Amino acid sequence: MTAVASGARFGVRAGGSRQLAGTWTLLRLALRRDRVMIPVWVAVIGLMVVSMPGSLESVYSTAAERADVARQMLTNSSLRAMYGPVFGDSVGGLVAWRIGTYAGVFAGIMSLLIVVRHTRDEEESGRQEMVSAGMVGRRAPLTSALLAALVANAGLALIITGGLAGQGSSGALALGLGTAGVGMVFATMAAIVAQLTESARLAKGLTGGLLGAAFVLRAAGDSSVTDGSSVLTWLSPVGWLENLRSFADERWWVLLLFAAAVALQGLIAYDLAGRRDVGMSFLPTRPGPASGRLGTAWALAWRLQRGSVLGWGLGFLAAGVAFGGITTGATDLVGDNERTREIIERMGGQSGITDAFLATMVGMLGMVAALYVVQSVLRLHAEETSQRAEPILANAVGRLRWASGHLLIAFGGATLIMLVGGLGLALGYGQDLPTILGACLVQLPAIWTIGGLAVLLHGVSPTVAPGAWGVAGAALLLGWIGPALDLPNALLDLSPFGHLPKLPGGDMTWTPVLVLTAIAVALVGVGLGALRRRDITT
Amino acid sequence: MTKAITVSGLHKSFGSTHALDGLDLDVETGEVHGFLGPNGAGKSTTIRVLLGLLRADSGATQLLGRDPWTDAVELHRRIAYVPGDVTLWRNLSGGEVIDLYGRLRGGLDKTRRADLVERFELDPTKKGRTYSKGNRQKVALVAAFASDVDLLILDEPTSGLDPLMEEVFQSCVEEERDRGRTILLSSHILSEVEELCDRVSIIRKGRTVESGSLTQLRHLTRTSVTAELAGPPNGLAALPGVHDLDVQGGRVKLQVESDKLNAVLRSLTESGVRSLTSTPPTLEELFLRHYQEDVRAEAVSR
Repeated sequence: MTAVASGARFGVRAGGSRQLAGTWTLLRLALRRDRVMIPVWVAVIGLMVVSMPGSLESVYSTAAERADVARQMLTNSSLRAMYGPVFGDSVGGLVAWRIGTYAGVFAGIMSLLIVVRHTRDEEESGRQEMVSAGMVGRRAPLTSALLAALVANAGLALIITGGLAGQGSSGALALGLGTAGVGMVFATMAAIVAQLTESARLAKGLTGGLLGAAFVLRAAGDSSVTDGSSVLTWLSPVGWLENLRSFADERWWVLLLFAAAVALQGLIAYDLAGRRDVGMSFLPTRPGPASGRLGTAWALAWRLQRGSVLGWGLGFLAAGVAFGGITTGATDLVGDNERTREIIERMGGQSGITDAFLATMVGMLGMVAALYVVQSVLRLHAEETSQRAEPILANAVGRLRWASGHLLIAFGGATLIMLVGGLGLALGYGQDLPTILGACLVQLPAIWTIGGLAVLLHGVSPTVAPGAWGVAGAALLLGWIGPALDLPNALLDLSPFGHLPKLPGGDMTWTPVLVLTAIAVALVGVGLGALRRRDITT
Repeated sequence: MTKAITVSGLHKSFGSTHALDGLDLDVETGEVHGFLGPNGAGKSTTIRVLLGLLRADSGATQLLGRDPWTDAVELHRRIAYVPGDVTLWRNLSGGEVIDLYGRLRGGLDKTRRADLVERFELDPTKKGRTYSKGNRQKVALVAAFASDVDLLILDEPTSGLDPLMEEVFQSCVEEERDRGRTILLSSHILSEVEELCDRVSIIRKGRTVESGSLTQLRHLTRTSVTAELAGPPNGLAALPGVHDLDVQGGRVKLQVESDKLNAVLRSLTESGVRSLTSTPPTLEELFLRHYQEDVRAEAVSR
């Protein structure tokens, strides 16, 4: 409440009276609306971090083993690109290294979604107009959105600090505050972007793109040096988190960077918000053509999804080039280390380690592409629940025809972005284009299987359809963190990606590829069959 | 009487579009004021300026004696607003939304809220995503009528309501007037406006073209006269203010400007009147005249 009181004085100076009036009510509204979403996000990210020490201790039970793995991880530049450098070989230090970056990235995604949801989404839907006709100050909507993000990030910081306190309370506090710090940096960044665009979808996409760029900057920086001191890493808010050095002689002053970035971006967002009318934006949508050529359900589906396909394609190309670019450096550095050289030679020499690295990158692209396929399939769900499907289906358009347009883009688009990602890898690496493209294509059956599961869930009932996100997320977590945790094979086998041959480098096995493809086809078939029989949501 | 709303010379542009081009509007305290105009005339833009959602480019605006932009928050304590297209939050119940809007204004009258929920036959326990269009409007209407405010701004509030609910709405507006509240009602349902409004303002292309009570407006326009005469009419065509004269034997149809009616009647009685009907223009005719002039003027300028 003190924020409201002091803000009111500030408001008068900025022109107009009581600019923050109603913030408290709007914050309660936001938390009420997000009563499920925020706790789920906070719990999942929090548990991901808090469950780490136990798993690490079971895998590396002695201090000597931990010191050994820390040294190995630090010398491998590709692993540094993925997770960041290892600063401490205590259990806490390894937790911060293994999961810190990702906890920060997920906190960023959560925060940007919360902020856009309570700012641009509200204006786009027209709800803001009626709310602002109440006793609501001009700064109240943005402030309440940022406070909602703050509540979520504070909860996350609390869970991390409390859950890791056993590993050293100051390290736990640093990691908790740093994770929340990354979250708030992207909350305020989303607040700026939400002033610029007219559509909430675009605001989320652009801020997500900036988050991706921050991750890539950090990865590029960390691949070149072992102590996180690269300028590229310092340019990325995601990189600040590792430079906080949780559990390894914390550098508390790094928290000031977060504070400064949040304050600066917040000021810019408030300034922009004060310069525009409710519902307007700085990048207004251009007028469209007076008459259109769209004539089929498929054409409409493509029109609706082409921006997303383009965005994912560019993202995959950029990520591919970035990871391809560090491939050679990664293997060179590893080669300098006497002991790893032995391991590598046993694995098949220099080309063996290069292939292993490329295979890891291809696998990563595949798992991220699973998110694309889920998003694209669930466009059906979005169209249906927003009642846009109803008038389409009222025309001479069958359900299968309507659904198949979107599915074609989902499954074909996944193929396209994997090829583009592979092209990027080959460009960055500078050779082996056919091998890398082939490896990328081998990922497709697993991606399609997850897409097929999304089709099935949506076909059965629109209420369970968002569960497809859970499936894709679980596959991602199993693939990223599972192997390091030495999880039982039965659990790892739940992810379709676990069954694929490791290419390039490994032996091509056709059985899993064909079986997964058959499963994907069956899932789509059953899902579409169910869709034909059930009620359309009205 | 003091004015609840005064607007003069209001201008607002969006890029190269002039949405408001010197609009004037006066609403007396305690009256129901109809705010009419074709689609795109600037009604909603005006209302958004009145609510402090848009900042006017120029012109003077006062609401309840205060400035709608600088005193927005204080003013909104005394204002309830209902848009034409109400959107609700998917996972909040209608009742929650009514109470939220009550808190965001000067507060809710609990008994009145219960009474209105019953009269509008609204189920306040349903979630936002399950309401139909008409029921979403009802949520906003209940919130507005149950609020303890001085001024209601209603922008096509009854879109999607069935005729029974339309009747409930009209009686609610009358009750509000009896309690001394001011209402600005923008609507395309002219029978509703005719029934409820003390005065109306008609706007076109961002300007006010007509303003006054319905009687005053009618006075400015033409009355239709149909008469059956004993003999052929004499010199009607030459009289000032007569339009669309149609004579078939002793049967005469014509339109006459309301202030020239006397001379026409005198001329008719001279020929011997067997029957006579005279109808004042309906609001619809008034309205169409303004719009059609608009269309004609455009046709000429092209």
